[in-house]
Amino acid sequence: MAAQRAARTNDEADHPSSPVLQFGPDKPLKLDAGTLLSPFQIAYQTYGTLNDARSNAILVCHALTGDQHVANTNPVTGKPGWWEVLIGPGKIIDTNRFFVICANVIGGCLGSTGPASTNPATGKPYGLDLPIITIRDMVRAQAMLVDHFGIEKLFCVLGGSMGGMQVLEWAASYPERVFSALPIATGARHSSQNIAFHEVGRQAVMADPDWHGGKYLELGKRPEKGLAVARMAAHITYLSEAALHRKFGRNLQDREALTFGFDADFQIESYLRHQGMTFVDRFDANSYLYLTRAMDYFDLAADHGGRLADAFAGTKTRFCLVSFTSDWLFPTEESRSIVHALNAAGASVSFVEIETDRGHDAFLLDEPELFAAINGFIASAARARGLGL
Amino acid sequence: MSVNRAQRVDLDVVTDLIPANSRVLDVGSGDGVLLELLQETKQVDGRGMELSQRGVNECVARGLSVIQGDADKDLGFYPDKGFDFVVLSQTLQATRNPKVVLDELLRIGNRAIVSFPNFGHWRVRFSLLIKGRMPVTKDLPYSWYDTPNIHFCTIRDFVNLCEELGATVEKATALDANGQKIGLSMPWWFWNFFGQQAVFLLRR
Repeated sequence: MAAQRAARTNDEADHPSSPVLQFGPDKPLKLDAGTLLSPFQIAYQTYGTLNDARSNAILVCHALTGDQHVANTNPVTGKPGWWEVLIGPGKIIDTNRFFVICANVIGGCLGSTGPASTNPATGKPYGLDLPIITIRDMVRAQAMLVDHFGIEKLFCVLGGSMGGMQVLEWAASYPERVFSALPIATGARHSSQNIAFHEVGRQAVMADPDWHGGKYLELGKRPEKGLAVARMAAHITYLSEAALHRKFGRNLQDREALTFGFDADFQIESYLRHQGMTFVDRFDANSYLYLTRAMDYFDLAADHGGRLADAFAGTKTRFCLVSFTSDWLFPTEESRSIVHALNAAGASVSFVEIETDRGHDAFLLDEPELFAAINGFIASAARARGLGL
Repeated sequence: MSVNRAQRVDLDVVTDLIPANSRVLDVGSGDGVLLELLQETKQVDGRGMELSQRGVNECVARGLSVIQGDADKDLGFYPDKGFDFVVLSQTLQATRNPKVVLDELLRIGNRAIVSFPNFGHWRVRFSLLIKGRMPVTKDLPYSWYDTPNIHFCTIRDFVNLCEELGATVEKATALDANGQKIGLSMPWWFWNFFGQQAVFLLRR
């Protein structure tokens, strides 16, 4: 069973169920770690049609455990795309008007080169032999994908959480290639508390005897217990106390009374265990290590001499930031400090804080105020870009 | 929106002061009525700052570039002379520190446009003098205990503050109770008595 799943993880990484762009030895990916990744590949999805002027492209950046299947049924889980509420024909990001691209990040596990991919030098999965990947590395790879489509300037780059970090990095690294940027529920750096939660998750993975120093795939194993615990801890940070209380309270799970044992007496326990179990089915543990590390390393101000405004100096990009009142992973203050930096850089910026008790995960949910803000921002940017309604 | 515009004649006065294609920051942009007017009629590169989150969300949903912010706290984040015009429309009297705010407006913009209700208007004076009550009028509908307007001033007070801050008054307009401009030839005392609101164009 575990061996089968391990084989499937490696297979999905090498031969994903989506288009793949391969970069040979002539086109290496320059990594912040100081090495080159080559050869490498990017798995992606596109929706809609690129117009003749190549001016209607929108790049969607996915979050930590997201993937390229933003607006189509996920081939691994069979569930709807993770942002199908927002993106599709006739939706707010209308694929009848826009050409939408979403790529699996480098370091991911659904087809872009990551730790579960086969290392051509050894013929075995990379495991920890893959160099550390940063948010900037992910963005650099995405830029190569955008080049492949012959797109000089993206109409919009958007994403939430780790996706929002990529959006900020895009705006900072390629200001002339980003007409508008929509970073949601994110920060310009990972806070100490966020690094702490990630470290708990990583330690849980690495404490699983099936992790084997990261070489589990070649041994036909997977550290599923450790990864499930990591997911359970992380999942709590995506919700709010109010939402947890509203949904679960102290309700008991399929029983009338406490059992005086360590079974999942409470609904919340059962819910978290379920979240952990379904997550390990679709995600690779080493990928989780690499991507959490990428988020931890992200500090846009530090990359620009310690002053965040300098990351955006002279930018012409139109920005819209969104935060949620009950998000304690990326609280509103994180967005506000980005807004202040953008103000200092003289940038065009909108900033909306949305009242909700659904926590960090609100960006993935059907939030009418979020959609109204995105709609207004995209519509006015489209007018400014000369993309008729 | 037309209703709002009729009620807010000062917006037309402000709009007339701003040349096409200017860079404008509207501090206290409310539901975005002035920004929208300026974009439609003057094609400005307009930005807004608004205290109420509801106002901000409405503005952004309408495609305006607005952030949530407090004139008393957040103007310091803007660079010197980042805008051609900074507009503070009917907001000065609600700020905690009007002098600092005005100073910031003059720093951020090449020009500052400030409109405010004149507390020297005869109705206000009448209310205090005869009735002995804090004035509650159509334009200032709040009671003393729930008003957001904590720093009223008269036109003369404002002119004094401008002098103190080294600001030059390039243009001033007073509007009477019917929203009509009071003649330029009239002396300050006349404006101060009959002007219900005033719009100043300043620079430093």
